[in-house]
Amino acid sequence: MSVPVRFARGAAAARGPSARRRRVEPVFYFFLLPTLVLFTALVTAPAAVGIFYSFTDYVGFGDWSFTGLTNYVALFSDPSVLSAYEFTIGLALVTVVVAQVAALALAIGLTGRIRFRAALRTVFVIPMVISGIVVAYVFSYLFSNTLPSVAGALGLHPLEQSVLGNPHLAWVAIALVSAWQTIPGALLIYIAGLLSIPGELYEAAALDGASAWRRFRSVTLPLISGFVLINTVLGLKGYLNAFDVIVALTDGGPGTSTTSVAMAIFTGYTGGDYAYQMADATVFFVLTVVVSLLQLMATRGRGLRL
Amino acid sequence: MTLTDPAGATGTGRPPPAGTPAAHPRSRPRGGHRGPNWPLTAALCVAALGVLVPLYVTVSMSLKSASAAASGNAFSLPWPPDAHSFAVAWRLTRFPVSFGISLAVAAATVAGTLLLSSLAAYAIARNWRVRMFRWSFFYLLGAMFLPFPVVALPQIKLTALLGIDNPVGVALLHIVFQLSFSVLLYSAFLRSVPGSLEESARIDGASTWQIFWRVIMPLLGPMNATVGIFAFLASWNDYMMPSLITADPALQTLPVVQNLFQSQFGTDYNVAFASYLMAMAPTVLVYLVSQRWVISGVTQGAVKQ
Repeated sequence: MSVPVRFARGAAAARGPSARRRRVEPVFYFFLLPTLVLFTALVTAPAAVGIFYSFTDYVGFGDWSFTGLTNYVALFSDPSVLSAYEFTIGLALVTVVVAQVAALALAIGLTGRIRFRAALRTVFVIPMVISGIVVAYVFSYLFSNTLPSVAGALGLHPLEQSVLGNPHLAWVAIALVSAWQTIPGALLIYIAGLLSIPGELYEAAALDGASAWRRFRSVTLPLISGFVLINTVLGLKGYLNAFDVIVALTDGGPGTSTTSVAMAIFTGYTGGDYAYQMADATVFFVLTVVVSLLQLMATRGRGLRL
Repeated sequence: MTLTDPAGATGTGRPPPAGTPAAHPRSRPRGGHRGPNWPLTAALCVAALGVLVPLYVTVSMSLKSASAAASGNAFSLPWPPDAHSFAVAWRLTRFPVSFGISLAVAAATVAGTLLLSSLAAYAIARNWRVRMFRWSFFYLLGAMFLPFPVVALPQIKLTALLGIDNPVGVALLHIVFQLSFSVLLYSAFLRSVPGSLEESARIDGASTWQIFWRVIMPLLGPMNATVGIFAFLASWNDYMMPSLITADPALQTLPVVQNLFQSQFGTDYNVAFASYLMAMAPTVLVYLVSQRWVISGVTQGAVKQ
């Protein structure tokens, strides 16, 4: 492809945005086009079609007619949908707190004066490379077979039954396994954050007689708040889509006590319920966008640049 | 990763803030003149058991005989070791087939993601002042807010309609869900690359296509590693998408075929764990061999924007 040689490119760019109507080399459109086409065909168009059908009574095949907001109205008075949202949001909040506290504590430990630093870091990152569903199957065995027998030997009677069969405790197991799996990613970000804090700050604080807790509160935490935010944003988004871990541990049960929104959408769809589940998916989308935007606003308010 | 500062993206051509942590890892521990903190080391070793115990149980259960595995003590040593379970698991999961499909899907995802998003990011970074490219960037970025469950149902129907309700469709969908993040990473990196290299190549008569392959691609090395690792792990470990998209159970990926042991062979724990181990081992081994590389790649992807 012959393209005119443009010597003045740098100079033209330096003139800034005031110089209008710049020519774009056609080849750049060919660079961008495949991505845009694939993305539009496989994400945007299906999303638009799905949202369109959420205003109909389409069951996945055959005829359909418009029903306006009927699906949405039904959604908000459907106890199973509401409980799925309650469970999903609660699980996401608990998991994000557990995972962040654990990851930050481990990161502080790993950047401290310790031995076996490299080996320990290697171990703590392993969960990141393992498939979530396989890990959850292993934990499923531990929760339903090993934990009850250990609890029995120790005389902890409430835990002698599998926690996965307990509608009030199953979510704890799910939160723990989700956290186990996502701690490494957050840990690596926190380690990077902690290493960016100049050591002199700690020395100065120590000279002023600040306790370890005080140094953490007044030096570490303010300086890594940006990393806390990025981890929370990433974590919440992931946990809201919880699916793999729940499938392996409880499959939504006992009853529907651990059915997440994603799961409710999929199972409802397999039950031949397209339009209604798309309405649920649309509401879920709005929820995700709102949560993400709120977090981004919180980030920008702090003038962060990562 | 979802955080991009539009101020940094408005094309001032400034490099990202210097002194990102990855750039100067501090090997010197804080207050290095004192000896190691043994209580802290011990506490971390105990915490590491949280990772190691489930892995130990997986290995030990897989090496037990069927009766020893059924007896219920997960922590007992597998003695005498019995590797028979691996042969059974290999056959039941049709390991070579599901492994091959997983590998092909992950490889296609990595190749597709690297190629499409680096080309797109290069076009966007060099034409930021043109509205269409700027808007395309935000259009792609918007998908970071779009979780798979939201578009899953229409995508299931679409892939069935197009006849790609198979690993091909899964790979394509893995690619599109990787695009936003990858384009973001590449374009942040490319904005920090000065145009002078490209200009000298241009003076030498190279076309933009040649410049991309001979000048830009080599520069993208570290970013390729980061994008590739994220794409590979996301694809290789995914359960949700293949389980929903692939219609034929015989074409399922390695994580999905593990559900076999939840029903049919529910009590053959040694076989189930042998299969879990075979599903986990490839990434864990690759990670242990190349961990320095993996950790720096992931850290860069998450922090260096």
